Amino acid sequence: MSSLITRVRLKQIEQLMDKGKRLDGRGLGDYREIKIEQGVIEKAEGSARVLLGKTEVLVGVKVETGEPFPDMPNNGVLTVNAELVPLASPSFEPGPPDENSIELARIVDRGIRESEAINTEKLCIEPGKKVFVVFVDIYVLNHDGNLIDASALAAVAALLNMKMPNYEVEDGEVKIKQGYTPLPMKAHPITVTLGKINNKLIVDPWLEEEQAMDSRLSMAINDEGNICAIQKGGAGYFTPQQILEASKIAQKKVAELRKKMDW
Amino acid sequence: MSEKPEKLISKKGLRLDGRKPDELRPIKIEVGILSNADGSAYIEQGKNKILAAAFGPKEMHPKHLSLPDRMVLRCRYHMAPFSVQERKSPAPSRREIELSKVIRESIEPSLFVEYYPRTGVDIFIEVLQADGGTRGASITAASLALADAGIPMRDLVVACAAGKVDDTVVLDLMDTEDKVGVADVPVAVMPNLNAVTLLQMDGILTPEEFEKALNLAMEGCKKIYDLQKEALKTRYMTVKQEEEVEE
Repeated sequence: MSSLITRVRLKQIEQLMDKGKRLDGRGLGDYREIKIEQGVIEKAEGSARVLLGKTEVLVGVKVETGEPFPDMPNNGVLTVNAELVPLASPSFEPGPPDENSIELARIVDRGIRESEAINTEKLCIEPGKKVFVVFVDIYVLNHDGNLIDASALAAVAALLNMKMPNYEVEDGEVKIKQGYTPLPMKAHPITVTLGKINNKLIVDPWLEEEQAMDSRLSMAINDEGNICAIQKGGAGYFTPQQILEASKIAQKKVAELRKKMDW
Repeated sequence: MSEKPEKLISKKGLRLDGRKPDELRPIKIEVGILSNADGSAYIEQGKNKILAAAFGPKEMHPKHLSLPDRMVLRCRYHMAPFSVQERKSPAPSRREIELSKVIRESIEPSLFVEYYPRTGVDIFIEVLQADGGTRGASITAASLALADAGIPMRDLVVACAAGKVDDTVVLDLMDTEDKVGVADVPVAVMPNLNAVTLLQMDGILTPEEFEKALNLAMEGCKKIYDLQKEALKTRYMTVKQEEEVEE
């Protein structure tokens, strides 16, 4: 996802960071402004649009009936997909999902799945035969860095916005009744991504910082403050001390965000 | 699918295959076993059987993918259809595409990519049998394949997972522990540089448990690192002996 950055710019970013500052005026541990709007797509069962600075992500959730996995016959199914649509960045190209969009989708998926955010047992219609399948589709509308955190926020916000159609089963057929119920949610994972530039850690890297950083670390943290998913990315490394420091920063940031979101 | 065991750790504190919590599975490593590859390695870690091959540095193909200032490293992690209980389609899955990316990013920091502009290096990993922890064993083998190909590196990259099963933090999870366990933390390191090049996690861990798992995985990596170096020595000792016999 990274592309070229001039050496002058890189030096400028590094020098600013030595003073604890960043190009856009933030401190090393600050997030950009976050805006969340829910229910923006009426035809989706749930939706949310997240603005993280200039990064913009739209998530729509659709529900269908389908078969459960053979090893989990009593659980509904979660599917997460991400589209880096070409209008969002000159570096995105049309075509089947590339490794970047697959990685993005799988990071968001793990945060939701491993924290057991959705009570999938309540999505079972007929054990082993019919369950609800929840499709979470991430649509990146503008890429200005840190798609992971924006997408993870938007995904949970869209799930919280869900209206599950009421139904009854008649001769094995699912009949939709009037009215809606919310999706049974058990947890609200929040993902925080840190970038490493010149051996210093920053929170919520924006596009130019992503081009300058040599690696990133994303941590999904649940309501109790436990870690439920981690992903290191980028062709660099972290020392074990940096990882533990990142983990502490992530805990702090998640607590702040949780307060702000009221999740 | 076999039945899920109720307990993964016995009353005596031993695991399903009789290991202690901080014990690795038996590991066998061989270097230089494929004649057409520039470098290759084979690893068995428990029931995992994995082949890795390295090609290059060579001209990039297709040419337009080459970069003017550095080498391009490409990596393909692939599982054989017969490597798992239920046949896996040979087409690359989303999991394999993600793993190919994270494995590449775990190896790249070990190479001097800026010394080989306009060239490409390909790593191919074939999982012949999978038994949990394949990405770790793949990285261990891939780094050896690169060393066997004579590509200069800062350090060998070695990987191993730790995790939590029942209430215990354990090293080197096998398939059942991975599937039924609480959490899985794969880690890759360059031991001499104290640099973690791959870190993933799924499951639920408290920050304290995570720190414990990270440290345990790093300990495991150091043990495998010795086996890696041993495998390289064995390979080139035999080459030397063969040469002496010919003379």
